[in-house]
Amino acid sequence: MKQESNQNQTYLQSIEANGYTRRDFMKFVAFIGAYMGVENTAIGQIAKALETTPRLPVIWEHFQECTCCSESFIRSDHPIVADIILDKISLDYTLTLMAASGHQAEAAKKATMDKYKGEYILCVEGSVPLGADGNYCCIAGKSALETLKESAAGAKAIIAWGSCATTGCVQAAKPNPTGATPIEKIITDKPIINVPGCPPIGEVMAGIIVHVVTFGRLPELDSAGRPKAFYSKRVHDSCYRRPYFDAGLFAETFDDENAKKGYCLYKVGCKGPSTYNACGNIRWNGGVSYPIQSGHGCIGCSSNNFWDAGSFYTRDASVIGGGIEADADTIGKVAIGAVAAGAAVHAVASNISKRKDLNRRIHNAIENEKRVEE
Amino acid sequence: MATKNFKRVYVWELPVRVFHWLNALAITILIITGFIISNPPAVMTNHEASQQFWFGYVRKIHFISAYVMVAVMILRVYWAFVGNKFSNWRVFFPFNKKGMKNVWHVLKYDIFLQNEQSENIESFSIGHNSVATISYLVMFLLALLMMATGFAMYAPTSSWFFPKMFTWVTPLFNDNEMLIRKVHHISMWAFILFMAVHIYLVLFHDWLEGRGEASAMISGQKFVCSERVQEDIKK
Ligand code: SF4
Ligand code: SF4
Repeated sequence: MKQESNQNQTYLQSIEANGYTRRDFMKFVAFIGAYMGVENTAIGQIAKALETTPRLPVIWEHFQECTCCSESFIRSDHPIVADIILDKISLDYTLTLMAASGHQAEAAKKATMDKYKGEYILCVEGSVPLGADGNYCCIAGKSALETLKESAAGAKAIIAWGSCATTGCVQAAKPNPTGATPIEKIITDKPIINVPGCPPIGEVMAGIIVHVVTFGRLPELDSAGRPKAFYSKRVHDSCYRRPYFDAGLFAETFDDENAKKGYCLYKVGCKGPSTYNACGNIRWNGGVSYPIQSGHGCIGCSSNNFWDAGSFYTRDASVIGGGIEADADTIGKVAIGAVAAGAAVHAVASNISKRKDLNRRIHNAIENEKRVEE
Repeated sequence: MATKNFKRVYVWELPVRVFHWLNALAITILIITGFIISNPPAVMTNHEASQQFWFGYVRKIHFISAYVMVAVMILRVYWAFVGNKFSNWRVFFPFNKKGMKNVWHVLKYDIFLQNEQSENIESFSIGHNSVATISYLVMFLLALLMMATGFAMYAPTSSWFFPKMFTWVTPLFNDNEMLIRKVHHISMWAFILFMAVHIYLVLFHDWLEGRGEASAMISGQKFVCSERVQEDIKK
């Protein structure tokens, strides 16, 4: 098999074998280094690592997902990312992109798992259904859960691609009929890199893989297991519409004058202020644009449970979901009305019931007043 | 019959009053700016964004007020240990026989407006009554929740250690900041309702008892009938 024969090549060798020049290679290194946010001096390190280290075997599992993560990855800006890192070289097993199929594909995976035990990187796209004994998602006669446990056992590290694998995404939205579960809830004894987003940005994915390859260790992660280089800032903090936000200039609807002027989309439900992602910096489709630039608010695709976080088009504070959705402010107003009414009733009632006390005190006070000498 | 003899009693020391009014001011500003931040008014203008920053200032005022609130809360907690008996932390935990008796009394006579056979001077609270202290305890816990959720949302854009102390809160909410925001927003309503009830009851007590309930938070002094003062001295 082609993959087998390529196994011991370094990245550079594979890249050159695919017809790229050294110049292309150096451009790629500079490009990916910039995305990874490493210092200038690390560029040489990356180049050296790609020149000398034999490629890292990668197994890429697909469970309950829509393949948008793979799509995003292969559309990453630089052709080398798609061609070399993913498509032609690195993947020993990925249902969607590999040439082999059926038993052949499974055999390839098995071979990699045995040969590179403890060395290969396991990428997981999609969530794992735990409902109905895992029967909602079966591949090659095994449930997703079995497959995951099997391939995770010998993995050096796991990369959980996309919101499905990191939080469950749409399948885990209420009522989560399949019991969709994110990877880190199932595999707890392996280092896991969470790369949320629906999908994550292709360059981010490439940057993470290159990081693992070149430095031989995981990138720095935050408390939620996300690489800090890409997920430490809110979309809002790098949004080019931020000056409008601070100036209090908002689009009220998607078709008003303010929207045309490119004002901030906060009031039409933008979730940028609560979403951690690199969209504002790296953008999408090779840096062409990102949702906000195209006039749509961020829907918060990289935050947990974003499907259940309320409407994409309002910043509501709904308290009760579903058909009887009630806004916190509406309940608040009713409550304050009730308090006011209660106070009024109490005031009137106390005038009646405490009349005796009150009259006595007022009467005494008036008596005293009379006795005051001016 | 003449009025009772009243003695002027220094109930609320200066730090308590400073806490009260700065807290009231901060909370009022926090609520107003909070509403604006959650749903900013539509401003139509021809100015460029570079010429204005009003929403930025609203947020800034919100954050400054939050710091003021935290500062006076710390002052108040400190004073609960060194202040007089009316401000001591023990009064906020009236979960003993005497406290519960007072709770019962307050509910019966102040809330459900029953009358006592004869005026019982014991029943007038000099400092806080026990229902009030329980409500303050609840509000204190809610203020901690506000602080935790607020600073958790604020921390990522700050490099100071204080907000950073609250980064552990976000994972508790499943790393979902919209949820944190929602909790922050809903809790604010508890403060509004508390304020309404609090102000009404102060006015009610002042009007009914005529002991300077309201002005006590300005002068620090309340009028207490002299028999009661004797008793306290004897104790
Ligand atoms: S459009 Fe969204 S992310 Fe951009 S400034 Fe406005 S609220 Fe923030
Ligand atoms: S702008 Fe928001 S919703 Fe859109 S891709 Fe980025 S994080 Fe996801």
